[in-house]
Amino acid sequence: MNATSAEQASAPVTEDALRSVLLAGERPSRPGPVLTSLTFGWRALLKIKHLPEQLVDVTMFPIMFTLMFTYLFGGALAGSTQEYLQFLLPGILVQANVMITMNTGITLNTDIEKGVFDRFRSLPVWRPSPLVGALLGDLVRYSIGSAIVISLGLVLGFRPEGGAVGVVLSVVLLLLFSFCLSWLWTMLSLILRTPNSVAGVSMMVMFPLTFVSNIFVDPKTMPGWMQAVIEVNPITHLATVVRGLMHGSVPAGEIGWVLVSSVLLVAVFGPITMILYRNKK
Amino acid sequence: MGTFAIETRGLKKSFGKTHAVAGVDLAVSAGGVYGVLGPNGAGKTTTIRMLATLLHPDAGEARVLGYDVVRDAQAVRSRVGLTGQFASVDEDLTGVENLLLLARLLGYSRRRGRERATDLLDAFGLAEAADRQVKKYSGGMRRRIDIAASLVVTPELIFLDEPTTGLDPRSRNQVWEIVRGMVAEGTTVLLTTQYLDEADQLADRIAVIDHGKVIAEGSSGELKASVGAGSLHVRLRAPEQRAEAEQVLAGVLEVRAEPSADPAALSARISDPERVARSLAELSRDGIDVTEFALGQPSLDEVFLTLTGHAAKETPEEDAA
Repeated sequence: MNATSAEQASAPVTEDALRSVLLAGERPSRPGPVLTSLTFGWRALLKIKHLPEQLVDVTMFPIMFTLMFTYLFGGALAGSTQEYLQFLLPGILVQANVMITMNTGITLNTDIEKGVFDRFRSLPVWRPSPLVGALLGDLVRYSIGSAIVISLGLVLGFRPEGGAVGVVLSVVLLLLFSFCLSWLWTMLSLILRTPNSVAGVSMMVMFPLTFVSNIFVDPKTMPGWMQAVIEVNPITHLATVVRGLMHGSVPAGEIGWVLVSSVLLVAVFGPITMILYRNKK
Repeated sequence: MGTFAIETRGLKKSFGKTHAVAGVDLAVSAGGVYGVLGPNGAGKTTTIRMLATLLHPDAGEARVLGYDVVRDAQAVRSRVGLTGQFASVDEDLTGVENLLLLARLLGYSRRRGRERATDLLDAFGLAEAADRQVKKYSGGMRRRIDIAASLVVTPELIFLDEPTTGLDPRSRNQVWEIVRGMVAEGTTVLLTTQYLDEADQLADRIAVIDHGKVIAEGSSGELKASVGAGSLHVRLRAPEQRAEAEQVLAGVLEVRAEPSADPAALSARISDPERVARSLAELSRDGIDVTEFALGQPSLDEVFLTLTGHAAKETPEEDAA
């Protein structure tokens, strides 16, 4: 608490001013779900403005991973770092985005711990809008993360054969998938008690999900059972799609896979999240 | 139903084995302040959270402004304001951003929302702190922005959950002024408090709640009357005369006089204030010198003690959040 600021701002509450605000209160018509969700998205952006340090995970993390994997493993895995970069970069882009989605759950859990969520829940707005809004705000974070990875890649020598169109399309698909995956974290954040436990459990899910995939290496050299696991991991399909689009091929079947798994994620975790949200103590 | 601002019947809520609210019946008239008084863990917050549609009752029913809190939750939400016990604004945002956020969510245009936010900040003495993050506010300022946030659309009814807990006396008085101001403009206020003097000062009617049940209900005067008209406190010049004085007082007042911790003092609950003068005259006639005497209204503390058999102190369970 800041004593001096309290002094300055403790102008007495005047009865007249209070009366006039109470009487002047209008009763505007209730806004629709789109507007309220966007308004909650605006809140997420304001939080980025006030706490820019929370962008560390979308900036430093992808940069670190791109540099580390390219130069540590590139030579050994693909013969040269340049060649590996062509393979790795789309994968890193997927990993970075998927990892960033965890933040959604941690932020939501922090909100719940504080009283502000009670306030939101007591408002006459479309019930999912605080969650949808938070996820919309996160889309901005994913976009920033993607832009950083792609820019870094281009500087290091990544040359997408699919051109700008392929890159943009793959990012759009990535954002869609990330938005849908986030409902898993919103669900978790309503079940677990502290932001720390949300972070811990998310990590436990995230690590196998991103590493046991084709993000870093081609699974051909792996044992059969491992290949089978990788084949059912939605992240594998996502990485294949992003890689394909960026390098100029359009893997229609794989895109279908990604769309189906996105829809499934929302269809399963969305309603569970909302039930938990509605009944949260 | 329908004539009351709030009406509940047999409202119940348990968390595991804790019966936080164990059958609460309330009938709160529109207008004025209704106080819910009880120690920590009595079930006040849980009751408010059910009335504000944040929690589903396990049993019983509750109507707020005529709407069922479960079936017509959205109708309730659009007519009431809630200021929770803990910060109910976003600490990372500034004061004006918080109010603008709520104004937008409640349907204000960007321009009108900003005007409304500014007006509210002015009225609550927060104009200078408008562009500061709420986490940098003092305790009193936090409370005021919390309440302002509940008034973005003037509610017909506002719930204030322990609005002055942890505030210094000056900030507490400011909150009291705000509450009185809201009532003067016709808003119904339901406030919970663990401070007896707060209920006494503000509330027109009070429900005393303990272990999830309403154990007494009435105006502050009625509650006090239930424990007698007040107490007479007497201090003698000579402590050794206390036993004698006790008998004299008991004879005139027709109640037992209790010796106090102070060896020269004693006090008696009185039912008829007119006998007080006579009892003092009787003491002086018997040569018992009185150095001090005081006639006190019973405090709500005494009321609480009489009603519950225990003092208004914290019960072990936390007020289930």
